[in-house]
Amino acid sequence: MAEIQGKADSGGKGGKKRAKKMSTKIDMTPMVDLAFLLLTFFMLTTTFAKPNVMQLTMPVKKTDDVEDTKIKASQAMTIILGKDNKAYYYFGLNTPLDKTVAKPELKVTNFSANGIRQVLLDRQRQKPEPIILIKATEDAKYKNMVDILDEMNITNQKKYALVKVPQDDLTLIKDSAL
Amino acid sequence: MPKVKPHRTSPSLDMTPMVDLAFLLVTFFMLTTKFAPEESVVVDTPSSISELKLPENNVITLTVDKNKRVFFGVDAKQTKIQALQKVGAKYGVNFTAQQAKEFGDLPNFGLPITQLGSYLNMDKEARKQVNKQQPGVPLDSLNNQLIDWVLEARRANQAIFHKPTYIAIKGDGDADVPTVQQVIKVLQEKDINRFNLITDMENKPVATR
Repeated sequence: MAEIQGKADSGGKGGKKRAKKMSTKIDMTPMVDLAFLLLTFFMLTTTFAKPNVMQLTMPVKKTDDVEDTKIKASQAMTIILGKDNKAYYYFGLNTPLDKTVAKPELKVTNFSANGIRQVLLDRQRQKPEPIILIKATEDAKYKNMVDILDEMNITNQKKYALVKVPQDDLTLIKDSAL
Repeated sequence: MPKVKPHRTSPSLDMTPMVDLAFLLVTFFMLTTKFAPEESVVVDTPSSISELKLPENNVITLTVDKNKRVFFGVDAKQTKIQALQKVGAKYGVNFTAQQAKEFGDLPNFGLPITQLGSYLNMDKEARKQVNKQQPGVPLDSLNNQLIDWVLEARRANQAIFHKPTYIAIKGDGDADVPTVQQVIKVLQEKDINRFNLITDMENKPVATR
């Protein structure tokens, strides 16, 4: 619909017939339609944000002559990722064979901001520089693992490790029936 | 006194600036857009506060979905094709040039190498049907094809681009930890200790003290 402005030369003095001046204006509506259609299309299909990543560095493969690092019971804290988004935790070490060490008290919490984060922050306040052992059971979800690693970053933990869950800890969970 | 006639303005307005802007944006989006390749599996990644970005290229992506399947993908086409030939040679499976080309366009796959040939022969629509039933790349100790893929892809990438590769693990939030840990363990055995866990963005909470 290119509109022609006929009024431009309607001075109408009669006599000479001028060639009708065509207006330079054209209707841009279809073009705008098209432009916005394309704009919308590209905006929706574009993959703008590169995914975020979380760095995870695992320890170098153990050679036989290197012993496991022993950690002090006073520093140790264990978080066990259980099923149904439960996070079990206890302080100290769980060594049922060693009768001199008291059995640690297992507690349960969740992955929310008021759950494990508060526990970690409280612990940090009481005893700085804890060493946190993260143990994921078979029922744990990958999300939990990412969550707990995330909490480590949020609460600025210096020392933490992903370790295998030992049988002793599984029995501890079972016995406590939390 | 004559009546004052309101001056009739035509309802059409000058759209030139708007068009300018629209086309500017169109051009911008056209140039910056990179079409997301259709992945053979959809995963919903968990979120974290991490602000690190995934590197642009040289990335090997291992996708773990909630059905314990592992998918392998690498970004560069040449790397992919070279890795295909190397791994194929190891398992005694040959691929035609056409199949290799198809493989180069594939974002990722989750099949044992023996089934890969027939999958590559299918057209896109047929593949969509099969995608749900892909069993995942085998990674148990008896038949560990995943590590071969990773090692060959690394080697190929090093040979072609002279750049080290990053290993990204893209796990579904509902994926189980043993599968992810198995992937990590398999790679650790070959001295690959750095992983990038792909996550969504989340706002950093204020840690109250």
